[in-house]
Amino acid sequence: MKKERYTISVFTEDIVGMLNRVTIIFTRRKINIESIAASESEIPNIHRYTLVISEAEDMVKKVVLQLEKQVEVVKAVYHKDSEVVYQEIALYKVPTEVLLSGGEAEKIVRAHHARVLSVEPAFTVIEKTGHKEETQALFDQLEPYGMLEFVRSGRVAITKPMKTLKSIVEELEKVQY
Amino acid sequence: MNFKMNNMKAIEVKNTIPKQGLMTGSQAVVQSIIAEGVDLMFGYPGGAIMPVYDALYDVEQELTHVLARHEQGAVHAAQGYARATGKVGVCIATSGPGATNLITGIADAQIDSTPLVCITGQVASHLLGTDAFQETDVVGISMPVTKWNFQVTRAEEIPLAIAKAFYIARSGKPGPVLVDITKDAQFEEVDFNYVPFTGMRSYRPKPKLDLDSVKAAAKLINSAKRPFILFGQGIILSKAEQEFKAFIEKTGIPAAWTILGLSALESDHYLNVGMLGMHGNYAPNKLTNECDVLIAIGMRFDDRITGDLGRYAKQAKVVHLEIDPSEVSKNVHADVAVIADAKEALFELSKIVEENNHSEWLNKFRTLEKEEYVEVIENELYPSAEKMTMGEVINEINIQSDHNNIVVTDVGQHQMMSCRYFKFKQTKSMITSGGLGTMGFCLPAAIGAKMGQPNKQVVAVVGDGGFQMTLQELGTMFQYGVDVKIVVLNNEFLGMVRQWQEMFFEKRYASTTMVNPNFQTIVSGYGITTKKVENRDELADAIKEMLNHKGAYFLEAIVGKENNVFPMVPTGASVSEIRLK
Ligand SMILES: Cc1ncc(C[n+]2csc(CCOP(=O)(O)OP(=O)(O)O)c2C)c(N)n1
Repeated sequence: MKKERYTISVFTEDIVGMLNRVTIIFTRRKINIESIAASESEIPNIHRYTLVISEAEDMVKKVVLQLEKQVEVVKAVYHKDSEVVYQEIALYKVPTEVLLSGGEAEKIVRAHHARVLSVEPAFTVIEKTGHKEETQALFDQLEPYGMLEFVRSGRVAITKPMKTLKSIVEELEKVQY
Repeated sequence: MNFKMNNMKAIEVKNTIPKQGLMTGSQAVVQSIIAEGVDLMFGYPGGAIMPVYDALYDVEQELTHVLARHEQGAVHAAQGYARATGKVGVCIATSGPGATNLITGIADAQIDSTPLVCITGQVASHLLGTDAFQETDVVGISMPVTKWNFQVTRAEEIPLAIAKAFYIARSGKPGPVLVDITKDAQFEEVDFNYVPFTGMRSYRPKPKLDLDSVKAAAKLINSAKRPFILFGQGIILSKAEQEFKAFIEKTGIPAAWTILGLSALESDHYLNVGMLGMHGNYAPNKLTNECDVLIAIGMRFDDRITGDLGRYAKQAKVVHLEIDPSEVSKNVHADVAVIADAKEALFELSKIVEENNHSEWLNKFRTLEKEEYVEVIENELYPSAEKMTMGEVINEINIQSDHNNIVVTDVGQHQMMSCRYFKFKQTKSMITSGGLGTMGFCLPAAIGAKMGQPNKQVVAVVGDGGFQMTLQELGTMFQYGVDVKIVVLNNEFLGMVRQWQEMFFEKRYASTTMVNPNFQTIVSGYGITTKKVENRDELADAIKEMLNHKGAYFLEAIVGKENNVFPMVPTGASVSEIRLK
């Protein structure tokens, strides 16, 4: 089966060690996690992890079921890129002089709709949000001018399918065992 | 307890712990365990768990602690106890090496779905992460091999943590859990009030049975001409033995077992067609690739069962009854999945399947059975060779004990022989390490099984290799007077590995010959009656003596050195390529 990029969203109880339990499922099968982001969700005490991997769908399905099997995982789902709205943020630290010299660098920043976050005598920090291809394109163009530092966040993603986490949690809380 | 306690001090009951109200964390640990109905646990003390041991001293009448000789022994004993009784096994150890010594048993319990609660002591919370004396990150180490684990750093967390631990260990698909308790939390005071745990939103132990899936399963089963059932431990774990029997008897479908499912259906049931897998019976392996509907119940298609997946039951539609959604279509695609507790699913399914008898199809099994009997079984049970075989020793035990034993095995040739040739009448009578294949499991697990089922005869069958992995537990047997009948099938080899070397490595016997000590001398040092049998004509008497002996007994049977286990599905082969020799 063909490998594709999938976004896996894992909703868990907010407890110490959870990230470890989640990543073990991937490392056991030697699956590389391309990016990961952790944050709160819209529901108090439920955290969400957003992971990006490239795998065959069949494998992704199995992994998601094994994630859901973890006692403190509330829900795990996977989506193709077309089923999520997603974004990443990248920060670039470049020498301030290359921007002041009136050359190409400034044009590049404008053309990419990037923002200048902070200007210091020695360096300037630029921010760009977008998909990885977009933040990478800016990187590639700025790099010849001297890249002092670069960082890109993990993907954060909102799923398009409409069932809300709240309704899922409410259903789970209703069930009596 | 009905076993005698040899060298224990006279029990002086202090019983000073209140069952409620202010107490120390360690007293809360003990009271929580008692509140869960536990009266027997296994363990080994040390610095970081001493407060809990101190609290145990006060409750010896209600809660017996069995001192193992190694933490691995304690955890395997807890597993044996759990497997023989269906209750949660409990074991306890200190931090660092005590905790790491539990890991093999925890991993074994995880892969074989055995309910265990393991409690470990931990360094004081202010020392966590500092490489303090006997500190290991046991929560981290055990994470991949536990169903759930938790570190307690405050006494007030104890009752809930332990309540949750028992709930998670025994519910749904059972498994091992670990609660790690820092020493300061054991000393701290807590206002104790035990409330059993009843559920949490993130954990659905019993999926709701979808009757549509049951109908779809029934439809396939009713239309089948050559249906075939594979059953595993799920039947035993969900206590579905009666429902299962009703289901197969109504439908007349032949049923074969995984080694974890063994004893869920009596051996001589007319629809029991034997053992699946690498050293299983000829007919069920062969006919897996001839059936038209394959019905898997409470089993997970381990690779030792399926052989080459690419050539496994490709002609069949697959119905999978399984409680764990992540097992469905993991290895073998399920055309119909009934995700539910086996007991519930079988009850509903039995209502709507049609009565049938597949006598012609069943006859195919009988024919292949005969072939296997002539080629393999007869020679194993009634050998003409000078040296005894494992099979004939097992067969003699069968004959003399009317199939009423609990059999506990280790791992290797004798394990496969035990699964193949022991006969069973009652469920939970075969205890063996299946998924992990842990050598050293047998002796401690047999101790736990006997302590859990003191009125049953427990026979521990072990190789000369595996016996030496945990033979220190003879000390536990001695101290508590545990009546286990140990049968060492001695071939002076690590037999199973040697067999592979013979078949696949040109008989290059690298490090598989065993130069063994005098087992009689060692075992008799523990006050256990021993006997060594080298000749066939002494066998029946020796087994009679063993089975009638009051108390523990050790029988060493010298068997052929280079005997092999057959049939065999070689690694990478298809089940239908099973070899009779
Ligand atoms: C802890 C552990 N180490 C190694 C193995 C690999 N192994 C599987 S069977 C076997 C040989 C067992 O020999 P013995 O106990 O004498 O039993 P036999 O096969 O001769 O019946 C070995 C080494 C294992 N299963 N478990």
